[in-house]
Amino acid sequence: MIAEFGQLSLALSACLALASGIAGLGYHVPVLRSLRASTVSMVVGQFVFVSIAFVALVTSFVNDDFSVAYVANHSNSLLPWQYKVSATWGGHEGSFLLWILIMSGWMLVLATRGVNYPPRFFARVLGSLSVLNLGFICFALFTSNPFERMIPMTPADGGDLNPLLQDFGLIVHPPLLYAGYVGLAVPFAFAVAALMENRVDAAWARWSRPWTNFAWAFLTLGIALGSWWAYYELGWGGWWFWDPVENASFMPWLAATALIHSLAVTEKRGTFKSWTLLLAITAFSLSLLGAFIVRSGVLTSVHAFAVDPERGLYILVFLAAVVGGSLTLYALRVAGRRAEIGFKILSREFFMLTNNVILVVALAVVLWGTLAPIGYEALTGDKISIGVPFFNLFFVPLMLTLALALVLVPALNWKRTSWRAVRATTLRALPVAAVLGGVSWYLTSPKSAVVLAALILAMWMILTHTLDVWRRLRRTRSQPLAYWGMTLAHLGFAMTIMGVAITATQSIEEDVRMAADEVVELGEMQVRFLGVREVDGPNYRAQQGVFIVTEPSAESFELRPEKRQYLAGGNMMTEAGIRGGFLADTYISLGEPLGEGAWAVRLHYKPLVRWVWFGALLMALGGALAVTDKRYRRLRERQSATDAAAKGAV
Amino acid sequence: MNPKRKTRLYLAVFVVVAVAGTTAALMLALEQNMNMFYPPQQIVDGTAPTATTIRAGGMVKDGSVQRDSQSLAVTFTITDHLGADFSVAYTGILPDLFREGQGIIVQGELGGDGVFAASEVLAKHDENYMPPELIDLAAEIEGNSGS
Repeated sequence: MIAEFGQLSLALSACLALASGIAGLGYHVPVLRSLRASTVSMVVGQFVFVSIAFVALVTSFVNDDFSVAYVANHSNSLLPWQYKVSATWGGHEGSFLLWILIMSGWMLVLATRGVNYPPRFFARVLGSLSVLNLGFICFALFTSNPFERMIPMTPADGGDLNPLLQDFGLIVHPPLLYAGYVGLAVPFAFAVAALMENRVDAAWARWSRPWTNFAWAFLTLGIALGSWWAYYELGWGGWWFWDPVENASFMPWLAATALIHSLAVTEKRGTFKSWTLLLAITAFSLSLLGAFIVRSGVLTSVHAFAVDPERGLYILVFLAAVVGGSLTLYALRVAGRRAEIGFKILSREFFMLTNNVILVVALAVVLWGTLAPIGYEALTGDKISIGVPFFNLFFVPLMLTLALALVLVPALNWKRTSWRAVRATTLRALPVAAVLGGVSWYLTSPKSAVVLAALILAMWMILTHTLDVWRRLRRTRSQPLAYWGMTLAHLGFAMTIMGVAITATQSIEEDVRMAADEVVELGEMQVRFLGVREVDGPNYRAQQGVFIVTEPSAESFELRPEKRQYLAGGNMMTEAGIRGGFLADTYISLGEPLGEGAWAVRLHYKPLVRWVWFGALLMALGGALAVTDKRYRRLRERQSATDAAAKGAV
Repeated sequence: MNPKRKTRLYLAVFVVVAVAGTTAALMLALEQNMNMFYPPQQIVDGTAPTATTIRAGGMVKDGSVQRDSQSLAVTFTITDHLGADFSVAYTGILPDLFREGQGIIVQGELGGDGVFAASEVLAKHDENYMPPELIDLAAEIEGNSGS
């Protein structure tokens, strides 16, 4: 019964989405006037019914209702309860229901903030979001229904959740990532509303900014978590593979990063308007493209959703409608509008433009590298794959140029900056950065010029930002939170750059054959293999290797990587043994038994690998901090004050 | 030309050059980093080039996996079950889901002796997942065994 209840709720929410979409987009139509008053309550209703559907699915999982096909395919009675809950989003159908839940959640939060915006504009925003949500819900109902039953052929037990997904990472990674993906629908809807209402102005940018920052922060967190998860769970010790699905999340991130900067210019200076609109449309379209790549199975990827061409086709049509519709609107409203250009090369605007150009080129590279195999096969019939060097070839110079531009940020003013001011900040910091970068580079081996450049640029970036903080604090005690947010995010970027540069070049990776009691050198450490023993987990049996690692300082610690066999599906999985540290990770994973007690063993020493994620964490924190800036709240008060005054006058 | 137009002209030229340059660079880089995929048939009949990085795939032949007793070297045979077999040499750790009878993809170079020296072995991560490269092949095998 519960599953049917869930399906019914989902269908009801589709009806509500249709109604609120009509009400919002048809705000100006006289016939619909009675409907428009209830737009907000219909949005709330969508959230309520989608939540009921979601809870119904979770309940089916917790109760081991294997007559529901999706539950039978993704769960098992032996599964620990927390994974039964998270298995809800462990497959295509359920994860899409989570996507819809989060979409409805964003809309709910937005609906409670209605007083901040003009009613007609706000109705357009909610209307556009409702139409998108309708598309999502119909996708779930018609092509990927998670509530489908298997009656009378109900299996006695479920087929089990993919062991890779039985992990803390799966509990948090998809919700955060989706919050980012779907969150980008909000700036998209704001852009559509601005176009419909013909008010592409600074106020629109100011309204859009907090939402964009928030979505971006979620996306950043989601990607970083996914990278961390892949690192410890896949057992290869890699943290980024340029896999199509990783790229699918990275592309909207690049577009959204460009968008938050471009929005700042539009708000503060009133320029870049058309560009900002285009970025808002692009960012969300790339989210949808990502969904298409992940869920259609057109590309070889480590992320495996079962392949179904029908789903791919649906998303593709939906994507075409969204992109086509919004771009048509854009062409009708923006075409022929001339931008006023009033800034010099040495200005914040120009460097925001530089930032945007670099990010968009980076985006083009990823898009090209991801989609080329599809295009190539369509044109020639041959199947190809794109190697990692392709991406690195472009990303290394692009990110270093971006870092160089970031060095100047604290020194730049809007409109124009004197060369002297720029020099005062940047050149003073350069020698210190060069010394710090040079000394740390001296410690690396093998040495590379790119690493030297990356280290110096990162240090330089940190120094100019710190100098700026110090100078501002001396002038006035309190700085706006938006400023702290920006600084934190930029420092995070510097940290990520250092982490990537060092861990990509300085890691030691050895695949060796080890017999019991054998000792192998890993860099300056000694690794002793004591042997393998049997360990039982809740739903798996594991071979656990025991290793003693002795550091140069004679301190030693133990690592216990496992090779698990899951009882339900018989799947094998490698669980790495990791000793994490701020400066370096030691990482051991078991390969396969080679007979006579010997094992194939993978030994990694990865310096600064955690900085990649710490940096991303700082970026996300910076984005979230900027949202809480007083400026937006004050604006609201002012807005409602004027509204109240206007009402009083009437 | 008035200065405003001149600026605009420069800007236009700059944009055109930048776009053309980026596209050319992308094409070139793609050309150099693109790995073609070959089914077993093409590896065997000499269609696949030697001494350049390519991908190949098929099913791991039953009973063909042989481990060296002293190192991590391993050899196995990839087959399409339609008569085309080739052997693969690899040194390192095989993925968890590498099994005899499974569909896998190898990346590496084909030697003059017909042995594929793999630098990477990719197995699927999910029982139900089939790499797109192998779908056609799997369908062909199924069709053949059915008839």
